[in-house]
Amino acid sequence: MSIRIQNISKHFGSFAALDQVSLDIQTGELVALLGPSGSGKTTLLRVIAGLERPDPDSGAILFHDQDVADRSVTTRGVGFVFQHYALFKHMTVFENVAFGLRVRPWQQRPSRREIRERVQKLLALVQLEWLANRYPSQLSGGQKQRVALARALAVEPKVLLLDEPFGALDAKVRQELRQWLRRLHDEIHVTSVFVTHDQEEALEVADRVVIMNQGRIVQIGTPEEVFNHPANEFVMNFLGTVNVFQGRLETGRAFFGPLEVDPSSLFHNQAGRAARAFIRPHELEVNTHKNGQPSFRARVIHINAAGPQAKLLLESENGESVQVEMPRDRFQSMGIKRGDDVYVSPKNMRVFMEDYVI
Amino acid sequence: MDTALILQPTKPQRGGIGGPSTPATTEPLAVRGVLITIALVFLGVFLGAPLAVVFAEAFAKGTAAYWESLREPDALAAIKLTLLTAALAVPANLVFGVAASWAIAKFDFVGKSVLITLIDLPFAVSPVISGLIYVLLFGLQGWLGPWLAAHDIKIIFAVPGIVLATIFVTFPFVARELIPLMQAQGNEEEEAALSLGASGWQTFRRVTLPNIKWGLLYGVILCNARAMGEFGAVSVVSGHIRGLTNTMPLHVEVLYNEYNFVAAFAVASLLAVLALVTLAVKSAVEWRYRRELKRGGATPGPGGPA
Repeated sequence: MSIRIQNISKHFGSFAALDQVSLDIQTGELVALLGPSGSGKTTLLRVIAGLERPDPDSGAILFHDQDVADRSVTTRGVGFVFQHYALFKHMTVFENVAFGLRVRPWQQRPSRREIRERVQKLLALVQLEWLANRYPSQLSGGQKQRVALARALAVEPKVLLLDEPFGALDAKVRQELRQWLRRLHDEIHVTSVFVTHDQEEALEVADRVVIMNQGRIVQIGTPEEVFNHPANEFVMNFLGTVNVFQGRLETGRAFFGPLEVDPSSLFHNQAGRAARAFIRPHELEVNTHKNGQPSFRARVIHINAAGPQAKLLLESENGESVQVEMPRDRFQSMGIKRGDDVYVSPKNMRVFMEDYVI
Repeated sequence: MDTALILQPTKPQRGGIGGPSTPATTEPLAVRGVLITIALVFLGVFLGAPLAVVFAEAFAKGTAAYWESLREPDALAAIKLTLLTAALAVPANLVFGVAASWAIAKFDFVGKSVLITLIDLPFAVSPVISGLIYVLLFGLQGWLGPWLAAHDIKIIFAVPGIVLATIFVTFPFVARELIPLMQAQGNEEEEAALSLGASGWQTFRRVTLPNIKWGLLYGVILCNARAMGEFGAVSVVSGHIRGLTNTMPLHVEVLYNEYNFVAAFAVASLLAVLALVTLAVKSAVEWRYRRELKRGGATPGPGGPA
């Protein structure tokens, strides 16, 4: 089922949690709402679910082109998965999953046998059949979250909404579960929206990523689009570590921090405006000698070579910190040590003109 | 015991709470000895001895006299009235307590803080004043007195007054227990139930109620103990009509004032037994209730993910 959000606003007191948000989600899509805390992503999810009412004078929410504004969460047909699972503590795993079927009015309620079969099928789907008779307090975090997912799927929702589904889990379990969620979605194809503040999670799992900040949508796109073509400084900053260089323009020459670049390719007609250059750690090349490329000299302050990427912290001659990443084997073949002087040249950079927001 | 718990730097071990505390943090033996002795002597003089006296006096003239004074019609009437009062006051406050704590814990509304403060009012006012309020409201000279008299409704110096005064005095018990419990549990389970298609009533009965049942029971036990034992407020509104408007505590006073010590202490011993039973049940429920409060937060379970 497709979801269309048109000009939705939501205020808590005078705080605008959502400010004129519009978003289209296609049938069968897996969309991530990504943003820092307080960006409105959870509020947007709860508004879609019907757990939160948008401001009375704001726009519409359409499910499959039908306005659902006056439908409560009970009748909207969404499955909601909570960050802290919200499992019913006094019920077993089986009873939790069966809950949505058992509370139906008796005309629509499946028979006991059908319920049993449905629940067992769902528990098989989340690979937890063997835990059917346990209570939530006897499960690990990852198991609880999968039970919560099975419970939400039991009512055959047309839309699955997940609020920071892996936020409360430790790193390794989170990694496993998000790959598993992706596979599950490829299997059942229910339109899904999940909220996360973890850019890696969003980029890895989602078909499309919606990046939010301060109650507004900043950029929408596939993971590749938003990562490689960030719409502004915020997105650039939010989607991973980045080195920022303040720009300054001198007659016929442009400097970004210690770096001199050809201004004609960058400034177009924007001459005179302040600009900043953003370079990701892996987009900087480190050499022990000058190689003809525009470069600047820096000293190696710290080396972290644990993992596939060696991470170097450098300090330029005017004291700016610069982060660099390179494949481990290249790092080893270069034989750089702490305290060495190296030459750094950018392979790629993005320049954003500063907005006049003062 | 409590200090030992707080001072133990290691994780509390299952069943090992009463074990010896670490030498580094415990007080010298002499200090502990003195403190424990003071506590025990105080307990003995002010609680143990009076309780013993109640039973000693009640059986002073033998078991036969004891039973005789309980089987006397006025005593039976007092026991019946006390049970009736509790049977009406406790359910009334149960309904009110659940409704109020539900509203306070799960919703934001104008006047919420006023409601929270008002719930505590009966704890703050002297019970005698509580009784007096009802006399001023429903008494013959009171605001509603003439209207009630005209319609031949008797509240003051009758059973309805006693029930009303008892409800007032026992008002906070259930709500006070439930509010922190419900606040700790938050809304998520209810929201989950609603999103699964459950109606409001189904959500309350199948999700909320099971989560609060021990706290609720605890509140009801305290409420019941107070309802049966209330003296001040009931004394003002009852009029002390023997066999009609005397509850057990009032009956004890009447008998005592008539120097009928055996009968007075016999009825008093029933109240004392009630208190002991309440304490026992309360401890049992408290134990379950604490586990419930702990479960209000996230509990990491044993075992890793598959």
